[in-house]
Amino acid sequence: MDALIAPLLNGSAQGALLLLAALGLSLTFGQMGVINMAHGEFLMIGAFTAYLVQQVIASSDLSIPVALPVALVVAGLFGLLLEVTVIQWMYRRPLDTLLVTVGVSLILRQAALQIFPSQGVPVEKPGWLDGQLNILGYEWPLRQLFSILLAAVCVAALAAWLKYTSFGRRIRATVHNRDLAETSGISTRTVDRLTFFAGSGLAGVAGVAASLIGGTNSQMGVQYIIAAFLVVAAGGIGQLKGTIIAAWAVGVTLSYFAYWTTGSLAQVLAFILVIVFLQLRPQGLVTVRTRSLV
Amino acid sequence: MSTTSKRLRTLTAMGAVGTTVLVLAGCGARAGDETAGSRTSAAPSCVDTSGDTIKLGFLNSLTGGMAISEKTVSNVLHMGADEINAAGGILGKKIAYVQEDGATDWPTFAEKTEKLLTQDCVAAIFGGWTSSSRKAVKPVVEKHNGLFFYPVQYEGLESSPNIYYTGATTNQQIIPAMDFLASRGVKKLFLAGSDYVFPRTANAIIKLYAAKLGIEIVGEEYVPLDKDDWTSQVAKIVAAKPDFIFNTINGSSNVGFIKAYYDAGLTAGTTPIISVSIAEEEAPAMGHEVTGHYASWNYFQSLKTDTNPKFIESWKAYPNSSGVTSDPMEAAYISLYLYKALVEAAGSFDVDAVNAAAKKNTITFDAPEGKVTLDGDNHHISKPGHIGQINSNNQFDIAWASDKFIEPDPYLESYDWFPADIRKQLVDAAG
Repeated sequence: MDALIAPLLNGSAQGALLLLAALGLSLTFGQMGVINMAHGEFLMIGAFTAYLVQQVIASSDLSIPVALPVALVVAGLFGLLLEVTVIQWMYRRPLDTLLVTVGVSLILRQAALQIFPSQGVPVEKPGWLDGQLNILGYEWPLRQLFSILLAAVCVAALAAWLKYTSFGRRIRATVHNRDLAETSGISTRTVDRLTFFAGSGLAGVAGVAASLIGGTNSQMGVQYIIAAFLVVAAGGIGQLKGTIIAAWAVGVTLSYFAYWTTGSLAQVLAFILVIVFLQLRPQGLVTVRTRSLV
Repeated sequence: MSTTSKRLRTLTAMGAVGTTVLVLAGCGARAGDETAGSRTSAAPSCVDTSGDTIKLGFLNSLTGGMAISEKTVSNVLHMGADEINAAGGILGKKIAYVQEDGATDWPTFAEKTEKLLTQDCVAAIFGGWTSSSRKAVKPVVEKHNGLFFYPVQYEGLESSPNIYYTGATTNQQIIPAMDFLASRGVKKLFLAGSDYVFPRTANAIIKLYAAKLGIEIVGEEYVPLDKDDWTSQVAKIVAAKPDFIFNTINGSSNVGFIKAYYDAGLTAGTTPIISVSIAEEEAPAMGHEVTGHYASWNYFQSLKTDTNPKFIESWKAYPNSSGVTSDPMEAAYISLYLYKALVEAAGSFDVDAVNAAAKKNTITFDAPEGKVTLDGDNHHISKPGHIGQINSNNQFDIAWASDKFIEPDPYLESYDWFPADIRKQLVDAAG
C-alpha cells in the first residue's frame, strides 16, 4: 500500500512547493517576457528570512508563521529592486534577461555566502509540525501537509486578487494585450512592478517552506529553478490553472519514479516525459485565447 | 564542510561561465621545453629558491557551489602558513602563498594548476576538494612534475607520484565504520548516498565487506547531489526496516536527508545513521534532528591528543574562523606540515628530492589526530579510525576507536574479500 500512497502524498507536497516557486516565473514571463534565472535566489532570500526571524523570535512554533508574511515582503522587495534597477530596461528581450539574471543570481549567491556561515544556517521546524499523519497505513510526515496547505492558501489568495481586485484586472489586461491595456489608461509600468513584487514574494514564501525540507544555504535556489521552468513551460505560460496542474503532475511523477526507481533516474524520466509532452503540445496545458495580433 | 569528492553540479557549472581564463603562454613554453627531462632532478625548474621566501600555491573554490566547503580549507591553509612563518619558515624560507580560486569548475582547476606551476612557479600546490577537481589537477601536475597536496577523504583507488593524500582513503574511514557496525551487532543495513563516484565506490566496497561480516544490505538509494528533498527515499527506508543506515550523502543534500528522516519518525535511538560527510562544520545547519547519529572520521574536535588543543585555539583565534575544527580542515593543516617535513628531510624544494625523501618512510608529523606517518610508496598517511556520536552541542562524543593507526591501503590490496577483478573495474570506472 505504501508504494501507491506514499508517492502520491509526497509528490503532491513536492508539487505544492514547485508551484509556489513556479507561480512567480509564470507571472513575470507571461506578462513581461522576462526569463528570471535569479528567481531561485528569491526562494533563498525567503529561507534566510525565516532564519533571521528565528533569531528574533526564539520559539519556532511562532517564528515560522511570522516568517511567512515577512519573507513575502522581503523577497518581494528584492524582486522590486531587481525590476527597477535591471529588468525594466529589457522587457520583451527574454534572452537578454536570461543572461543578465544569471549574473544577478551569481551575485546574490556569493553575497549570501559572504554574509552567512558558508555551510548554511539551521531553521528550526515548529513543534506543531512534528509527527506523522496515518493515511491508509502510511505514516505521512506532517510538514508535507503544511507545504500543500501553504500552496493552497497562496494560490487561492493570488487567484482572488487577480479576479476581484482592480489591480488584478489590470494585470490580466496587460497579459492579454499590453498595447490595448495602455491605451485604456492602465499604467503597465506600475502593473509590471506589482507583478514582479508578487511573483518574487511568492518565491520567498516557498523559501520558508523549503527551509523546513532541505538546507538553508547560498546554493539552495539552484535545485528549484530548472524544475520550476519546466512547470511553467508545461503548464502554459502566464496561466494559473495550467501551472497548478503541471506542478502537481511533475511533483507526483517525480515521486512515483523516485519510489519505484532511484532518485537520480526519477529526474531523468520525469524530464523526458515533460519534453515529450511539450513536443506534442508546445503551447503547454492551458493557453490564453487572445485577439492580439502578436 | 560537506565532504569529498566528485561533484557534478551541472547547474553551478552554468555559474562558471566567464570565470575561466586561459592561462598565459609566457612561462608555459619554458615548462613545455622541459617535459622530456622533467623526471630527473637535473631538469630545469622555474621555482625560485634563491631568495628568503618560497612560493606555494593554494587552490580552493572560493566561489560557486563548493565554496561552502572549500573556503574553510583555504582559511586553515593561510593559518598554517602564518604559523610556519612565525616559527621560521621552511628551510629558513618564509612561505609566500599565491591563492587561486578554482571556482567550482574543474577545467578552471586544471588551468589554475598550470598557471601556478608555470607562471607563478610555486614549489607545491595545496587544495582541491572534490574528486573531480583532483582528477583535473592530476594530469597537469604529472606533466610538469609538480606537487599537489589533497586534504579530503575520498574513494581511494588512486596513487600518483605527484600527489600527496592527507585525508582518509576507504580503509581508514569506510572499513572502520563497518567494523563499528559489526561490533554493534548490526544485521540489516540500508545504504543512502549522493549519486556520484564516491558513494558508488564506497557502497561497492561496503557491500563486499558486509557479505564477509554477515550484514544484510536491505536497500540502496541514490539522489543527485543538488537535490535536498529525500522524503520519497526515506519512505522506502521506513518500509525496508533496517537497523542502521550507512550515509554517503554529500553536501547540503544531507540536511534534507536528516530532516526527512526525522520527520518520518525515525530516530537515532531506534535506527541510527552513520555518516562519512557530516562533521563539526556541517552539523549545526541540521538542527537538533541530527543529534544522536554517528559519523566516521579520523579527526574530531573532541579528540584528546597533545597537539589538538593548540590547533583548536589557533583556529578559534584566527580571523575568518568558523569557530569549530573538522577532519578536512585538519587534513589540510597536516598537508602543509607534511610538506615542511618532506622538504626539510630532503634538504631541498626539488620535487624529485622530496619524493626520494618520502620513499624512506620516515616522515612523520605530530598532527592533532595523533602522530601520522607518510607511506612513501602510495603517498597516503597512517590515520586512527574514530566513530563519533553527535551531541546536542554539535560536537562528537567518541564512541569507538581503532586499536591502532591504520596504514593506508588505497587499493585495498591487503583485504582478501576485495577481489582483483572488482578492483580493476572500479579503477577503470573512476577514470
